[in-house]
Amino acid sequence: MTTTTTLMPYDEALERYEPVLGLETHVELGTASKMFCGCATTFGAAPNTQVCPVCLALPGALPVANEKAIESTIRIGLALNCSIASWCRFARKNYFYPDMPKNYQISQYDEPLCTDGYLDVEVDGTVVRVGIERVHLEEDTGKSTHVGGATGRIHGADYSIVDYNRAGIPLVEIVTKPIEGADRLAPEVARAYVTELRELMRALGVSDVRMEEGSLRCDVNVSLMPRGSSEWGTRTETKNVNSLRSVERAVRHEIERQAAILSEGGRIVQETRHFHEDTGTTTSGRSKEEAQDYRYFPEPDLVPIAPDPAWVAELKAALPELPSVRRKRLQQEWGVSDLDMQAMHNADAIDLVEATVAAGAPPADARKWWMGELARRANEAAVPLSDLRITPDQVARVCALVASGALNDKLARQVLEGVLEGEGTPDEVVASRGLQIVNDEGELSRIIDEVLAANADAADKVRGGKIAAVGALVGGVMKASRGKADAARARELILEKLGVSA
Amino acid sequence: MSLTRKSAAELAALMASGEVSAVEVTQAHLDRVAEVDPKINAFLHVDAEAALEQARAIDARRAAGEELGPLAGVPIAHKDVFTTIDMPTTAGSRILEGWRPPYDATVTRRLREAGLVILGKTNLDEFAMGSSTENSAYFPTRNPWDLSRVPGGSSGGSSAAVAGYVTPLSTGTDTGGSIRQPAAVTGIVGMKPTYGGSSRYGLIAFASSLDTPGPFARNVLDAALLHEAFSGHDPLDSTSIDAPVPPVVEAARHPDVAGLRVGVVKEFAGEGYQQGVLNRFHDSVELLESLGAKVVEVSCPSFTTALPAYYLIAPSECSSNLARFDAMRYGLRVGDDGTRSAEEVMALTRAAGFGPEVKRRIMLGTYALSSGYYDAYYGQAQKVRTLIARDFEAAFQQVDVLISPTTPTTAFPIGERADDPMAMYLADLCTIPANLAGNAAISVPCGLADEDGLPVGLQIMAPVLGDDRCYRVGAAVEKAFESRWNGPLLKEAPAL
Amino acid sequence: MSAITRDEVAHLARLSRLALSDEELDHYATQLDVIIGSVARVSEVAAEDVPPSSHALPLTNVFRPDEVRPCLTPEQALSGAPAVEDQRFRVPRILGEEA
Repeated sequence: MTTTTTLMPYDEALERYEPVLGLETHVELGTASKMFCGCATTFGAAPNTQVCPVCLALPGALPVANEKAIESTIRIGLALNCSIASWCRFARKNYFYPDMPKNYQISQYDEPLCTDGYLDVEVDGTVVRVGIERVHLEEDTGKSTHVGGATGRIHGADYSIVDYNRAGIPLVEIVTKPIEGADRLAPEVARAYVTELRELMRALGVSDVRMEEGSLRCDVNVSLMPRGSSEWGTRTETKNVNSLRSVERAVRHEIERQAAILSEGGRIVQETRHFHEDTGTTTSGRSKEEAQDYRYFPEPDLVPIAPDPAWVAELKAALPELPSVRRKRLQQEWGVSDLDMQAMHNADAIDLVEATVAAGAPPADARKWWMGELARRANEAAVPLSDLRITPDQVARVCALVASGALNDKLARQVLEGVLEGEGTPDEVVASRGLQIVNDEGELSRIIDEVLAANADAADKVRGGKIAAVGALVGGVMKASRGKADAARARELILEKLGVSA
Repeated sequence: MSLTRKSAAELAALMASGEVSAVEVTQAHLDRVAEVDPKINAFLHVDAEAALEQARAIDARRAAGEELGPLAGVPIAHKDVFTTIDMPTTAGSRILEGWRPPYDATVTRRLREAGLVILGKTNLDEFAMGSSTENSAYFPTRNPWDLSRVPGGSSGGSSAAVAGYVTPLSTGTDTGGSIRQPAAVTGIVGMKPTYGGSSRYGLIAFASSLDTPGPFARNVLDAALLHEAFSGHDPLDSTSIDAPVPPVVEAARHPDVAGLRVGVVKEFAGEGYQQGVLNRFHDSVELLESLGAKVVEVSCPSFTTALPAYYLIAPSECSSNLARFDAMRYGLRVGDDGTRSAEEVMALTRAAGFGPEVKRRIMLGTYALSSGYYDAYYGQAQKVRTLIARDFEAAFQQVDVLISPTTPTTAFPIGERADDPMAMYLADLCTIPANLAGNAAISVPCGLADEDGLPVGLQIMAPVLGDDRCYRVGAAVEKAFESRWNGPLLKEAPAL
Repeated sequence: MSAITRDEVAHLARLSRLALSDEELDHYATQLDVIIGSVARVSEVAAEDVPPSSHALPLTNVFRPDEVRPCLTPEQALSGAPAVEDQRFRVPRILGEEA
């Protein structure tokens, strides 16, 4: 299967071709029960413990639609500025696959619940309006594990084992209209779109949108057209791109790959491709002997959905503040620059900072800790900021301790470290690690005397007017106090003892 | 008189008054099963001990002074297309041979709640596809009137069991006539309730938009009692109607048609109809007039295209419904030798596990739904469906019920139509419109055909949720005929 | 309507996951041709402006509340399975799309 893929450098590709994107995003809704039955949807449950006659497709079982899932889909549609259908149906999409118990997926075909909307995303200070073609509701499949063979992958496996816990979890599919004119920013636009969509889902509270757990999955369509042409090229569909970074990389890779083929007079094959996280490349899916014929028809086991316009209006009125609006508001409230706000956005820190501010911290301090020390540690541990074992309340408490003079920045970092390592609350860490600024003048004075005695040369220099030499003495005090001294006060006292006025 | 000759209502009364126990009633019927079933082959599965256990439980509850339902302790035979947690469920197919469902169908559950004693599971055309029960993967069932003839289908096991006095009641499902047609050709009563009036949950699907569970009995009142026992809204079936069950028992107790407007469907007569069937139908018309009904001729022009529309819609839905039988989670698995792919094993299993009629319909449905053909076939059939519903609506502006022969012919000999699907499909000619439009319809015995002395059924069709009209008219026809015949038609059947 | 060919029947059998022998394909080709020829009568009904009915009755908006109900036990769920491994359904190798 491995063939060398020729790529054209990105800049050159963009000089010659214009990319057209399309994104299909699947979001697993965070309902308590499945789409068409009452089975729980808890992630990570033991295999086949969340299944029933309906989601196992036992003979005779029938689906009944989850009202909350319908409501969530309408709310997503409204937040994406879509029209909500006044009457629509589920349809059966027929194809055989072992992870799909009925061998048809209940989906929506030509009558989606929501159509024709948009989502504005910001890239490099420019707002790009991404058109939304449709938002529809369907059900997820089970999960296969492939056993035997060299790689544990499907190819070359001896057999597979299937867990149907995920089968029937409500899945919302959001399909963009073709995105033209993104030009060289196409990879960033794709990423920004998925990022924004994810925040929107979170703000709506309809999904936990964890890409690493597969509750948000993205298929990326890319085609190229030669500059000056207005006719779209053949597109490829890269499946299940499962991180924000991968979305960007997959688009970039497809542009470089397709440009190389086209420039050599080759043709793009309309196909499914798979993205590989490790190499950042895509490879062709198994080509099918014949085109799929899904034989869609209206699902006879479910009756049509005709949302009451009054209900839709109610849902619309109750939509929460949308993420982009909220970011603008917070930026103003916090008085931060576009760049800082973007950095917080990219780091997924806005919610955390907001919560820390809500817990009483000044915005600048909250931002400083989350984007500084904590971001560094998250980065080291390669986890999202929100997965650190520290709460916004705890960060706010550290800010308060610094503000009161009980901690300096250096000690505060040690407190954060203690909290992250599970040693308790900030106050507990301060107590157990003995991290208190030495405010006792007597104690400080004694330390200074020791330091002056041990550094007579430096002390003489200061006495002689070389005030700059006081830094070494302060450093000595900090060292001797193991960082607990208040450095500013130590400086004052040293100068006083040496009879020098600052 | 032997207990097995009694009606469900009579048995219930005897048990309620303490004259007989549920165990005695059940034992009598089990004895009858042992005596007669080897001749008619109505049952796929009988569990005598489980039936007696249910009967003992009923007797104990009655002894404890518990208030029991009107059919408590009455035996019933259950079509083997409903899931039962304590008995295998096969749908008459090899692909489900030996399958034990981990859940009860809603109809099954309600039978149990009503205290009915389930004797066993009855034979059927595989996945309810057929009109003769010859498509059962296991064996054909025979008509108690003439053992060389079919008992109708697909619910042929259930019709034969009731007609053969093996059980007073049985369940069936009607997708294109699978209750009414077997009832007609075995001389009993069979009712297709309004679509959505009885739950499909746990009914192994053939065609979802048409399948309707319904009762078989030897008289109209018994059918109404059973209808009432298992019907009504079910939140597990999205197509179930959230409305009270029409007053069917009340109607069956009031056989009065004076002043009722009865429409004769003009299109259901003529070529293809056995003369004896038409004769008995004309008798019925005269009978109704003599009872004070106003009979008029009504035209329903779209009914002539009901058959082709049905043979597109039902196979289309079945092609999708039966996709789940894929050898992965339950049922037969063929050819899994460790080298074949899942796809190959699915195809081998389905080829081995489905019979010819099922395969034929799966392929027909796959064809009708495939891109390029959808509009001309499935799409157009759905438009015809709308037209049929409109014909019914227009007809019920003029009349209260519509009548027709239930089937164009009497029971045909086993094997006669087995290799001729088109001839077989004609058996459902008159019954299909009510399925397509969701209407209620009943078949009641209306005499014996002159040529062959076999029973003929009268079909009475009512509007959606007008099920009670079927029973009122059915009961009136039954009462009048029985006084003319000095007893039920079934007394003319040869002893088994 | 054109008659159905044997190739089309073979295609339908593939789509339906039915491994049919050549004899069966011939047999079904003949029968389906007759049946399709007959049901094609529906296309003669002038119904241009008639809406299609997918359901027998015009019900809408039948939903269930988002409440968790008891599931089957894994033993019940797997009770009918032809093969089981590791509390999962064991199935023959899947000819997937993944490269």
